Amino acid sequence: MILDSKIPEGALAEKWDKHKFNVKLVNPANKRKYDIIVVGTGLAGASAAATLGELGYNVKAFCFQDSPRRAHSIAAQGGINAAKNYQNDGDSIFRLFYDTIKGGDYRAREANVYRLAQVSVDIIDQCVAQGVPFAREYGGLLANRSFGGAQVSRTFYARGQTGQQLLLGAYSALNRQVAYGKVKMYPRTEMLDLVMVDGKARGIVVRNLITGKVESHSAHAVVLATGGYGNVFFLSTNAMGSNATAAWRAHKKGALFANPCFTQIHPTCIPVSGEYQSKLTLMSESLRNDGRVWVPKTVELAQRLRKGEISVNDIKEEDRDYYLERKYPAFGNLVPRDVASRNAKLVCDEGRGVGASGLAVFLDFADAIRREGQPAIAAKYGNLFDMYAKITDENPYDKPMRIYPAVHYTMGGLWVDYNLMTNIPGLYATGECNFSDHGANRLGASALMQGLADGYFVIPYTIGDYLAQTPYDKVSTDHPAFKEAEQNVKSTTDRLLSIKGNRTVDDFHKALGQIMWDYCGMARNAEGLQFAKQEIRKLRDEFWQNVKVTGVNEELNQTLEKAHRVADFLELGELMVDDALHRNESCGGHFREEYQTPENEALRDDENFAYVAAWEFTGNDGNPILHKEDLKFENVKLTQRSYK
Amino acid sequence: MAGSNPNAKPMDLTLKIWRQKDKNSAGQLVTYPLKNISPDMSFLEMLDVLNEELLVKGEDPVAFDHDCREGICGMCSLFINGRAHGPERGTTTCQLHMRHFNHGDTITIEPWRAAAFPVHKDLIVDRSAFDRIQQAGGYVSVNTGGVPDANEIAIPKTIADKAFDAATCIGCGACVAACKNASAMLFVSAKVSQLAMLPQGKVEAKTRVENMVAQMDLEGFGACSNTGACAAECPVGISLDNIAMMNREYFGAKASSENV
Repeated sequence: MILDSKIPEGALAEKWDKHKFNVKLVNPANKRKYDIIVVGTGLAGASAAATLGELGYNVKAFCFQDSPRRAHSIAAQGGINAAKNYQNDGDSIFRLFYDTIKGGDYRAREANVYRLAQVSVDIIDQCVAQGVPFAREYGGLLANRSFGGAQVSRTFYARGQTGQQLLLGAYSALNRQVAYGKVKMYPRTEMLDLVMVDGKARGIVVRNLITGKVESHSAHAVVLATGGYGNVFFLSTNAMGSNATAAWRAHKKGALFANPCFTQIHPTCIPVSGEYQSKLTLMSESLRNDGRVWVPKTVELAQRLRKGEISVNDIKEEDRDYYLERKYPAFGNLVPRDVASRNAKLVCDEGRGVGASGLAVFLDFADAIRREGQPAIAAKYGNLFDMYAKITDENPYDKPMRIYPAVHYTMGGLWVDYNLMTNIPGLYATGECNFSDHGANRLGASALMQGLADGYFVIPYTIGDYLAQTPYDKVSTDHPAFKEAEQNVKSTTDRLLSIKGNRTVDDFHKALGQIMWDYCGMARNAEGLQFAKQEIRKLRDEFWQNVKVTGVNEELNQTLEKAHRVADFLELGELMVDDALHRNESCGGHFREEYQTPENEALRDDENFAYVAAWEFTGNDGNPILHKEDLKFENVKLTQRSYK
Repeated sequence: MAGSNPNAKPMDLTLKIWRQKDKNSAGQLVTYPLKNISPDMSFLEMLDVLNEELLVKGEDPVAFDHDCREGICGMCSLFINGRAHGPERGTTTCQLHMRHFNHGDTITIEPWRAAAFPVHKDLIVDRSAFDRIQQAGGYVSVNTGGVPDANEIAIPKTIADKAFDAATCIGCGACVAACKNASAMLFVSAKVSQLAMLPQGKVEAKTRVENMVAQMDLEGFGACSNTGACAAECPVGISLDNIAMMNREYFGAKASSENV
């Protein structure tokens, strides 16, 4: 199989404009002859469904939640980047492009990232027109703040709830199309298989989560906007329901899965507090604008602190190590996420961590409060401080926050070409579900940007090019391909229900998460990864012999829903390990201990690994086939990333 | 452990939980003893523990809605000891921690109760009426593309902040559950006010309020009698001012309406 990224010819800055001119168009009167399925209603899915509906296509949109407004994009806190240069501080489309490529540690496609930076400015215009209440200055114009990995202020925000406001904007646009009858919405409905006819994506099989009924939907194209797979780790900042099932089942039907080992561990999360922990809560990266990260200078002080012999405020200024400011004077506390996370792990590994477990560092606002006053800090971060206080029962205005890295985002995902189409004709992947824009590490405030770029401004053009070459004929859901997929879904469900073992789905999920975190988390090595592969296989074998799923299919059965998802995580986890094992270099969030600089920074191997690793499913035999898409850098120079 | 109080002891509880097979079955409160609950657990983690115990015994776990578990998605609900989202003000159930309960407590857990929110199963209700109200007009009619530059629309900061406050509604339905009339006025007014305050939303303000209120009535939500229970129980602090504003908008719209 040859991977054709379909990057248009021409100069970087002209590729997208030329491509938009060159793509085939579907005439307005013919758009209504095409049906499009959109799975997932977060930023990428809701924006795509709404825009495709506006253009005149017949859209069916699906989400497993009770309403499209619940999608986990809603939880994004800090902001959305755009190269508006409203601050007159030297920003430009090229700088946003450059920062994103560099932030991703040179493992993303130049052309995709440049397009992302180009359309970023349109996103802000669109959201404001919808009535999204972004933060404003007293003069009535939009406010910005800084985010990690950048030296300009280009992040637009709505207090600490930017994702919520952007998603509700996209949801309102979606609702408008539902009201017009151009989008039909299917909430509480989960995609469980992709249907292919003549080698093309022609529909999906879903389960109605209220009645258990398995149903088929046919279309001319299918868009997966189903988010990331961070919940492989069980504990993550993802929502409880976030899952990889739609993407994974498409993978099993032939869609390549790219760079699965590129996961983002976010540096500022509330640490784990006990065995019962069900999820981790993020404290926005925006806090690093004003919060200073530190640990005690000596192991001895840290030990006394952990035992409760001294309190944090007893530690003198000269006994504190503001390690990010010390090691990275140029970026300080605003280094990219992978760098901040790895350094938190390093100081904790040295024994200088804080909190009872020693797995935490301080994020301290005392200086900022002294400088600006508590009301100013409350106005910027009030909801985050409140959330912290609710969860930990500690007041962050008086004492520094304790934070630790947690799984947050997955840069890997389904392989797509420049048009966001997977290697299966007619199957698209957008937003976090695809792999395309963030390389080996995503910069803060770029996930919202990518989700909305894909949905509002990219796929509406590129899908037309495909449909213009697709006959109007519909495929009936009575087609044998649909019947076969339905049967597969039913038999998997029957199998899960018939095992009647002794171990719960959550128990398996937690065990998988522990393996992934220990061996395929913030630091990886070949020996650990080989061990993890064996452990995952054992666990998966046990799952299919010993899982306990109660109830029946024909009801609202949350245990069964989880069982389907965890079954897929148990396969995906192994692929992540395979990918991490094969990539003999460190880059971004993928840190192989064998490959580091003397200063413990990630050591890339551009000679051998400047490619996208796209994996083909071959059955669960442990031998997926690797396809490589070489990355060509014509506009940026590959250098050792430096934030010093 | 983060935030854990070393003196806080695990507690034993008695749960009384509404169990209902489906929309068409009758439901009842069922009692479950639960031991050894850490005060640092969230309320939903406490229910996770119960469900794991039920599963091991081969019993049907309690169905409840939840997703982000950080207080923003609006999916979790629960009527806890007669209060929407439980005893803490300004808190969703997922952000409610067991440290607010005591050893030996009996906790009654019910679904939202409203004719417009029929029960799907146990503690899960159907809130699709909220989506239909939003579909009736909770948007600005702009298509993607062809909009002015974002900074061409200057909005006074005070107005933008007020619109933001209204826009933070998470659509959980606590306002309806808390209201003795099961009125959805707070929910509807939050969107009507947000868009009525902003220049982008003013163009369609009249038809929006008329259509959204009409849909609200059609869905079977009750009338507002201004008791303020909705705002008191709202986990994100949506203000009653929004209802006053919606009433003004509504009467203004009706006074000059073409739909009489």
